[in-house]
Amino acid sequence: MKNEVHNSHLSAANSQLSVICKNIVKTYNKGEVKAVNAVSFDVQKGELFGLIGPDGAGKTSIFRILTTLLLADSGTARVEGLDVANDYREIRNMVGYMPGKFSLYQDLTVEENLRFFATVFGTSIEDNYELIKDIYDQIKPFNNRRAGKLSGGMKQKLALCCALIHKPTVLFLDEPTTGVDVVSRKEFWEMLDRLKKQGITIVVSTPYMDEATLCDRIALIQNGSIMSIDTPDNIVKSFPKPLFAAKADNIYTLLQDLRSADEVESCYPFGEYLHLTVKTATSDIDSIKQIAGKDTVNGLEVKRIGPTIEDSFIRLMNEDNVKENTKEKADGK
Amino acid sequence: MKQLLAFVRKEFYHVFRDKRTLLILFGMPIVQIVLFGLALSSEVKNIGVAVMDNARDVQSEQIIAKIRSSAQFEIKEDELNYKEIEEHFKTGEIKCAVLFPANFGSKLYKAEGAQIQVIADASDPNTATTVANYLNVIVRNYQGELNPNTQLSYQIIPEIRQLYNEEQNGSLNFIPGVIALIFMIVSTALTSVSVVREKEMGTLEILLVSPFKPVLVLLAKAIPYLVLSLIDFIIILLLSVFFLDVEIWGSLPLLFVESTLFIITCLSLGLLISNVTNSQQTAMLISMMGMMLPTMLLTGFMFPLENMPKIFQWISNILPSKYYYAIMKGVMLKGLGFSYVWKETLVLVGMSTVLLFIALKNFKNRLQ
Repeated sequence: MKNEVHNSHLSAANSQLSVICKNIVKTYNKGEVKAVNAVSFDVQKGELFGLIGPDGAGKTSIFRILTTLLLADSGTARVEGLDVANDYREIRNMVGYMPGKFSLYQDLTVEENLRFFATVFGTSIEDNYELIKDIYDQIKPFNNRRAGKLSGGMKQKLALCCALIHKPTVLFLDEPTTGVDVVSRKEFWEMLDRLKKQGITIVVSTPYMDEATLCDRIALIQNGSIMSIDTPDNIVKSFPKPLFAAKADNIYTLLQDLRSADEVESCYPFGEYLHLTVKTATSDIDSIKQIAGKDTVNGLEVKRIGPTIEDSFIRLMNEDNVKENTKEKADGK
Repeated sequence: MKQLLAFVRKEFYHVFRDKRTLLILFGMPIVQIVLFGLALSSEVKNIGVAVMDNARDVQSEQIIAKIRSSAQFEIKEDELNYKEIEEHFKTGEIKCAVLFPANFGSKLYKAEGAQIQVIADASDPNTATTVANYLNVIVRNYQGELNPNTQLSYQIIPEIRQLYNEEQNGSLNFIPGVIALIFMIVSTALTSVSVVREKEMGTLEILLVSPFKPVLVLLAKAIPYLVLSLIDFIIILLLSVFFLDVEIWGSLPLLFVESTLFIITCLSLGLLISNVTNSQQTAMLISMMGMMLPTMLLTGFMFPLENMPKIFQWISNILPSKYYYAIMKGVMLKGLGFSYVWKETLVLVGMSTVLLFIALKNFKNRLQ
């Protein structure tokens, strides 16, 4: 067992990897609820890796397993070459973790929180000031305000400061931008980019698909399973069909019309538009326009668009559901 | 060490910034001492008494004067008829009535003897008995004064002495009980709640994923509440001495050492509770129902243990507060030295060790 650990340290391929996850399974309520289902992925050193998926997809469970807070039912995971189950002490010394829920002391001021975590982590604000300077400068004016009275964005910045204060080699951020306004979200991701430049490996999760493009690589996750791992560009590029956007004044009737049409493969609301894919390659804007019934002619607009991460996610999710359904039917017989 | 200090300082911030915690910490002991000391006294004072004097002679007047001058009684109404007396019993104005028959004085010197009727409100039996006894004594004393020379032969007069509490100060008995109760609240309830709060808030997650040793979390939680409990102890002692006129007989250092020991027992209990619960409410409920109620009912400070069914007496043996109560009573009120309470001390030491061991053993390095 010990030898194995050393071997993996030495092996050239693995030394480039910061996080290794192999077939991680985690169930709750004695196996009734399957939160994480055979998840495997690797994160390169210095990479900004994103786990993208809706609430309840299993992101937090994966984070807690990687930060040694939970034990997986089966599978192995390593952080910086250390086993999450056996070497948890060493891992805890070197990673920074920001839980999904705002988890600082609400009745302590900004400075007290930061100073407390710095001391408890065996360092001081002054020692690692360079690392947090950019972020800390933004909340410094509120140094004497209680953490509970900060705005959502400020809270996240403070939490990030606290997670960074002991100079971690790997940073785990569980939904850092949930409940944060658009401007603060943008600032937050800029900060992550700067941290990445300092060589810190960052694993981040988010339910917001638009943030996925800001990661180096992403894993799309749904119902505890990873559907796809790749760079955001490649995931978008691998979208197999032309994608159209349509809208009309009576958008609900248009949705019904399109869904009932034979040549339409899938159709779902997306912002103010409907996004749809078609089965035949010959279909174009005009043929889609013809599907629309009389009631939807008013304000009808159809255009060809490039897919986004969200389109890819919905497509992968539907494919999974179809697979699942056919599998269930087969099992039933 | 520096880490631990920072953590302890943080705990004090929590305490001093939360009004409710402060109120429990410092309001509760004061209120309890005042309540138990003044309002909930079991002594009988200023009993309302009605007198119906049908004799109106020297002898009846003399007895009435004696009743009037005693500290226990306060004559509310003179000259009532039976009906009115009943009315006054019903309103609760009087607890007792004394009736002198006609010719009371003249009968007194005859062979048949004189009678006085005493009616007491026995809806509160304890008070009724006490009242009747007081009146008995007054009448007997008067009789003695009437014929001081004719001492009956072969008379046994019990000379009663109330040891350790000569003035019958009712405050004495409950002070050790209140102290035990306060320690249970501060060291067990507040401590367990404060650990569980870190779980609920999610801050424990951060603390676990850090270089900080998880077990130090428990230590850092325990230290502030140990200090606060001792402060409460001092407050109660000061209040007892200067407000309730209680005299402390035993040695103060011994009192402090024994109290610190009991606080450690309570802290271990609190930490143990916090290990097995995940919400502040559960922690509060367990420490209140599981610890405080038995402390109040089964340690002998409110109800004598000897009168309880065997099963309760047996249960009381596993309660740390029972031993602490015994120690405090012995040292504080009787002035006993360590040689008299070493057994109880040993039991507490044993309990603390076992509880602390289980608490540390059960501390989870991970989330559930």
